Amino acid sequence: MSETMTPAPPLTADPALDRRRPSASLFDAPRPGRKGVLLPPLDVPAADPAALFGAAHRPEVSGEVEASEVDVVRHFTRISQLNFAIDTALYSLGSCTMKHNPRLNEETARLAGFLDAHPYAPEHLSQGSLELMWRLEEALKVLTGFARVTLQPSAGANGELTSALMIRAAHAARGNPRRHVLVPDSAHGTNPASAHFAGYEVVEIHSSPRGTVDLQELSAKLDDDVAALMITVPNTLGVFEEEILEIARRVHAKGAFLYLDGANFNAFVGKVKPADMGVDVMHMNLHKTFSTPHGGGGPGAGPVGVGKDLVPFLPVPTVERRGDAFVLDHERPQSIGKMRTFYGNFGVLVRALTYILSYGRSIPEVAENAVLNANYLRKRLEPFYHLKYDAPSYHEVVFDDKRQAALGIHNIDIAKRLMDYGFHPPTMSFPLIVPGALMIEPTETESKEELDAFAEAMIAIAAECETRPELVKTAPHTTPVTRLDEAALAREASKAGSFAPVLRAKPR
Amino acid sequence: MRYIPHSPEEQAVLLSAVGVRSVDELFATVPKEVLRHEPPALPPPASEIEVRRAMAAMAARNANLSEWTSLLGAGLYAHHTPAFVPQLLTRGEFLTAYTPYQPEVSQGTLTAIWEFQSHVALLTELDVANASMYEGASAFVEAVLMAERLTKKRTKVVVSKGVHPEYRRCLKTYLANFPFTIVEVPVGEGGATDRAALEKAVDETTIAVAVQSPNVLGVVESWAAAADAAHGRGALAIGVVNEMFSLAVLKGPGALGIDIAAGEAASFGVPPSFGGPLVGFLACRDAMKRQIPGRLVGRTTDANGKTAFCLTLSTREQHIRREKATSNICTNQGLFALAATMTLSVLGRQGLRETALQCLSKAEYLKAGVRAIPGPFSVAFSGRTFNEFAIHCGPPVGDVLARCEEKKILGGVPLARIAPEEEGWRDLLLVAVTERTPREGLDAFLDVLRSFPS
Repeated sequence: MSETMTPAPPLTADPALDRRRPSASLFDAPRPGRKGVLLPPLDVPAADPAALFGAAHRPEVSGEVEASEVDVVRHFTRISQLNFAIDTALYSLGSCTMKHNPRLNEETARLAGFLDAHPYAPEHLSQGSLELMWRLEEALKVLTGFARVTLQPSAGANGELTSALMIRAAHAARGNPRRHVLVPDSAHGTNPASAHFAGYEVVEIHSSPRGTVDLQELSAKLDDDVAALMITVPNTLGVFEEEILEIARRVHAKGAFLYLDGANFNAFVGKVKPADMGVDVMHMNLHKTFSTPHGGGGPGAGPVGVGKDLVPFLPVPTVERRGDAFVLDHERPQSIGKMRTFYGNFGVLVRALTYILSYGRSIPEVAENAVLNANYLRKRLEPFYHLKYDAPSYHEVVFDDKRQAALGIHNIDIAKRLMDYGFHPPTMSFPLIVPGALMIEPTETESKEELDAFAEAMIAIAAECETRPELVKTAPHTTPVTRLDEAALAREASKAGSFAPVLRAKPR
Repeated sequence: MRYIPHSPEEQAVLLSAVGVRSVDELFATVPKEVLRHEPPALPPPASEIEVRRAMAAMAARNANLSEWTSLLGAGLYAHHTPAFVPQLLTRGEFLTAYTPYQPEVSQGTLTAIWEFQSHVALLTELDVANASMYEGASAFVEAVLMAERLTKKRTKVVVSKGVHPEYRRCLKTYLANFPFTIVEVPVGEGGATDRAALEKAVDETTIAVAVQSPNVLGVVESWAAAADAAHGRGALAIGVVNEMFSLAVLKGPGALGIDIAAGEAASFGVPPSFGGPLVGFLACRDAMKRQIPGRLVGRTTDANGKTAFCLTLSTREQHIRREKATSNICTNQGLFALAATMTLSVLGRQGLRETALQCLSKAEYLKAGVRAIPGPFSVAFSGRTFNEFAIHCGPPVGDVLARCEEKKILGGVPLARIAPEEEGWRDLLLVAVTERTPREGLDAFLDVLRSFPS
């Protein structure tokens, strides 16, 4: 065990947490008659909704909150303090690329010209927005090597679906949409789900002992009915597909497309252009690689880059430059159509371009330092945690709980105990090929002392697993609420009619 | 770079700890043919001052709604955002948190999402709402896919042409590879869905009947008529709403027989931002909740009896069910569901109603003004409306808008722009108001209409 072990935090709650009064929602304490807003005096004659709508009229939304601005501001400020966030400490959640969110991005996205722009304003009065989209597409083309990039998809999974739909449309245009999409067993859960919603049957391919695509199995399953291989590089183990060029060659030899899940683009942005690897189509998560904030679960944005074969199938509209003007092009007869209302999560696009302009050509430093930091943590933690796949790590490292499980302690216990040390736990729910996974992705924005503090917490927990197992199994001890019985909640939530106390405020 | 903490010396220490001499060694398993050693063809790194200047120059090339009088709507309505909302929204605890997979350290986000679900359920008068969808159109698609799972082995979706054309376009995109047909039902003379055509279109193969209210022409539909048409043949009824303030003066879809409501909740505190990010919603009857797409938050207590919130019923979701999941959605619109929740909380029961009454009154004022003009303009449909209606224009719609622009008015959305395939809508201009639209703006718009010879 390390001699630099951090002392265990006290078992009593931080006094600051007591002050937070984990409350209760605003629905729990109705204050009839309270108001939080004042509208300007009505400057036109008042309409009579009862007369206009007759039986369809609704006199009020009963049960709605009644509160003053002070009540509301306090409520949301207090509950905000119950959240862990990247602003406070390293957020080790692997595959999620929880990097620092620069505040300049927030400021530019809130420029009135962007924030208060309506998507149906005439194009000649929307030149700033269209130019921004055009410039972001150009920058992403530079970084990926693709012919075009659509900015429309709302998030990563939506980008995957967009890609699968384009793949299907392209095959259909050649006369046969094909039936299967190959997905490695290490893939994100969204991959098979997205392929399914594009009408494909998912065929899983097993990983090799190195954690990469098994070329023999790939060839065995690659036939004329395979539309595409969906692959993640580096994969969810943080391992780079060394044979990617051979994989691309074999996929293309069968007339299939190579799709790259760009969730892990942070590992090679600026170092490798995915198009150079033979990738035909790839989605990017702007809320990962390009630092737009996750916001507690979105919004994201999932632009998709495509090689020339898929360009005709891009969603409409595209943004085109005609001389000095930027226009929306809806006249794309082979387009798959539209993936969402309007043009995309524009505010996220503003943040991403701000980030790219800030880094400019120094953006390879992102990948270099992300990989360096992950390898540093790997080096520090390898003596204490089992590593099922020991191929070189890129942006993340996936340990598991094999050693601790022998003591009756599982990844979830280690994760919960980590909260007591002030860190967000690693990802545990996948990759499915690593039971008891602890997937750690520090990102490039962590300093050496933060990495060390995280490593020392993990090392201290490894020791506690041997010396104070109960302490770990009953963790967390210092968070606003203790470990919840999620199975019991799910049972309660699934009961017929149990919605009132469980899934929503009780209607009054 | 300013977002990477390491000094060159610290980087050297880390490299040495890892056991490599250079960063390049870390990329040793990347095929040599593709690893680039020269920097990408981007401009040099830039300071905050430079980047802000470049972005501000672009932003200045847009017409922004705070400087123009705007009658733009058509599915996205520029309501007032309470001042505290953006300020609290940018608290790092909300802004920089991930999806609340770990409830012990995510109670803030989880509480807010549970409140969002509660607000949506109350407004729609349905039992259960999810933790948000991307935006209105994909929420609508998810509602149709959900209805398909609930009805099983049916093949036809009946959709009113009163449903926003972009939503219908998305439905076609998403359903392209499923063996389903989409039958579109026209609107009648009053501007609402043609009831006879609707009933005729529904049969034993129908999955669902979908109508929007107020519809894309601004006209209030009968939820009950859609529900009756659907239920008579064992189909489900889907109600689309993209102006949620209407639900403060109109009965919720759930109260009138609709089974699944879906649409856009951006009217509550989400700025237009050139069309995104917005916040979609989906609500349904209790019996259908196991087929709901996306995330759901439930309320429980921890071991000490403290109230606690947690994601629940997640066995429906992609990270567990993979290709058998109810949806592929993962990241949703958490932060803007929070914005909507904050806005609804401060508006409250009274503010919601007062805002809706202002919208309704201003639209009625504008409508009366159009009717009073002797010239070549008329209110296109007789159906009741909320805050938006269509004007039939004698002169080309483009000429009307050009004259509006001279007065710094964004004079509405030409229906030909969003539904070019509808020949009958070619001369229609869709105008919308909110509580932000002052009477002077409405009068100025009416003056522009009056400037055309009668």
